[in-house]
Amino acid sequence: MDPRIGTALTVLIGVPAVLIGYIYLTEIVLRALPERYKPRARPWLWLLPALAFLFVFLIYPTIGTFIRSFRNADDTDFIGLSNFQKFVSSDTTLIALRNNILWVIFLTVFCVGIGLLIAVLVDRVRYESWAKGVIFLPLAISAVAASVIWKFMFDYQPPGEPQTGTMNAFIGLFGISPVPWLQIDTFALNTFALIGVMAWMWTGFAMVIISASLKSISAELLEAARVDGANEWQVFRRIVFPLLLPTIAVVSTTMIITALKAFDIVYTMTGGNFNTDVIANLMYKQISFGDFGFASAIAVVLLIAIVPIMGVNIRRFQAQEAIR
Amino acid sequence: MTAVAQPREITAPRTTSRFSRGLGRVGVHAGVVILMAIWLIPTIGLLVNSFRPAQDVASSGWWNGLFPPYNLSLDNYAAVLSEQGIGDAFVNSLFITIPSVIIPILVAAFAAYAFSWMSFPGRNLLFVAVVGLLVVPLQTTFIPILRLYSGISVHFGPLNFDTLNGEFLAVWLAHTGYGLPFAIYLLRNYMGGLPREVFESAAIDGASPVVAFLRLALPMSVPAIAALVIFQFLFVWNDLLVALVYIGSTNAANSPLTISIANLVTSLGGNWQLLGAAAFLSMALPLAVFAALQRYFVRGITGGAVKG
Repeated sequence: MDPRIGTALTVLIGVPAVLIGYIYLTEIVLRALPERYKPRARPWLWLLPALAFLFVFLIYPTIGTFIRSFRNADDTDFIGLSNFQKFVSSDTTLIALRNNILWVIFLTVFCVGIGLLIAVLVDRVRYESWAKGVIFLPLAISAVAASVIWKFMFDYQPPGEPQTGTMNAFIGLFGISPVPWLQIDTFALNTFALIGVMAWMWTGFAMVIISASLKSISAELLEAARVDGANEWQVFRRIVFPLLLPTIAVVSTTMIITALKAFDIVYTMTGGNFNTDVIANLMYKQISFGDFGFASAIAVVLLIAIVPIMGVNIRRFQAQEAIR
Repeated sequence: MTAVAQPREITAPRTTSRFSRGLGRVGVHAGVVILMAIWLIPTIGLLVNSFRPAQDVASSGWWNGLFPPYNLSLDNYAAVLSEQGIGDAFVNSLFITIPSVIIPILVAAFAAYAFSWMSFPGRNLLFVAVVGLLVVPLQTTFIPILRLYSGISVHFGPLNFDTLNGEFLAVWLAHTGYGLPFAIYLLRNYMGGLPREVFESAAIDGASPVVAFLRLALPMSVPAIAALVIFQFLFVWNDLLVALVYIGSTNAANSPLTISIANLVTSLGGNWQLLGAAAFLSMALPLAVFAALQRYFVRGITGGAVKG
């Protein structure tokens, strides 16, 4: 028998048993406490496993990375801001930074713009759920699988050979010679190709959320506007769009974070070559090179970019709580 | 708004002519169909090629596979499962994913129950901290955790390793930590919305919090838990980065599908029939889970769309 089956059974039955056992154990511990401490101690015992994981896997390492970003590759000496100096003075990192800015702007605009367009269009057809399902499906697959699918789309054969890649075969119909999509960095064409792949995956996410918000707009309100003589464009521009704005803001923050963390597609499709590198891939490369100080500095740059969004999320959460 | 509610004589719509509205209908259908085609064609192209023999894939476009002689077979799937190690990688992905889904959701459920139905000083502040942790980039955690793991050496029964790096356990624990903020956030929002009377009457009847949690809160939260199961399952099954960092691209014995396929992209180059077969094998399970539980998934993301 495969020894892994034993491990699997242990984990499948053992892990939930241990965790449920823990909660029963807390009651036994609490029984030993004087009556008036029980309600005070109980919540902390229930929170303990979660807080321990959050501390060990998120809080402690974030502090550690921050400190490490001021230290050298072997973690033997403080070197001040040298790692950050290296970040702003190296061409590779600056190109990665530029690419991440392109990712943030264009991934967000593509996903929100096309997601909004699709949400509005499918609202008017009977096969809405089918159409949405098709757009939404890529969200369920891995970015690695999506990369394989699209690397084949972008496949390039030298002119004269049969073009089996879909894009080059398609433009060939119009007599255009094949384009090595993932290698041309003029106007960052290859970076846009990668962003397109990510947009193909994530537009469904934007669409589903915007569509749910669209459905919540009262049909009577729109009908009243139409009866008053507004055309479809005016109805959209003056009523629907302003009512969707808060939702669009929420979706945009998620897309910005997704763009900042972009990794898998770049790693799988180009490996960061041809000037397509991004910060997350750069950081992974530095880990494999063993320069933990520089890798930490890159991670800190990423964190700094994300902190404002953290603030926005917390403020929005507090506003939601206020009306609960 | 009051004007809307008032009944009024509705005269014939005086907006647009029937012709231009008909044109509008055609435009909408054309737009939707074109967008659906753009979304489907990349997948269909590779899917067709994954059933075609190598010489066909190299010499003619995938659309030729749609016309006679079809020349389609499952040979490529058989080849990647045995020769390219995709079968083993599939099992590894299962090993990595299942505990990485169960542990964080249970741990989060305890915390969410405490956040919802127990009062303690600092409760709101602590929860705001969880909301803040939602977007912390995983990159800022890798190096200290790698160092921590490398110091853990265990030789006890079936547990036998000099460093936690490269072991499944390393990924389970990491995914638990990374998945917790969102799991706590979503479950707390759901559990906090359950009717208060249920828990009050349970307490009056002498039910301990453990009983109230296991018999009331958990069963009543099934829709939120289902949404979380899908999220966490898709996140872990589809994850490349966490697996690369803690298992490593070279520890082939424990590699999940994502690492194996990413390596095949380099080693197999233009063998699209094999790459396609491998990619579709990796997509089968998430698509099945997704199709089965889609409504929970959609409700989950429309309900708690703050995750990064």
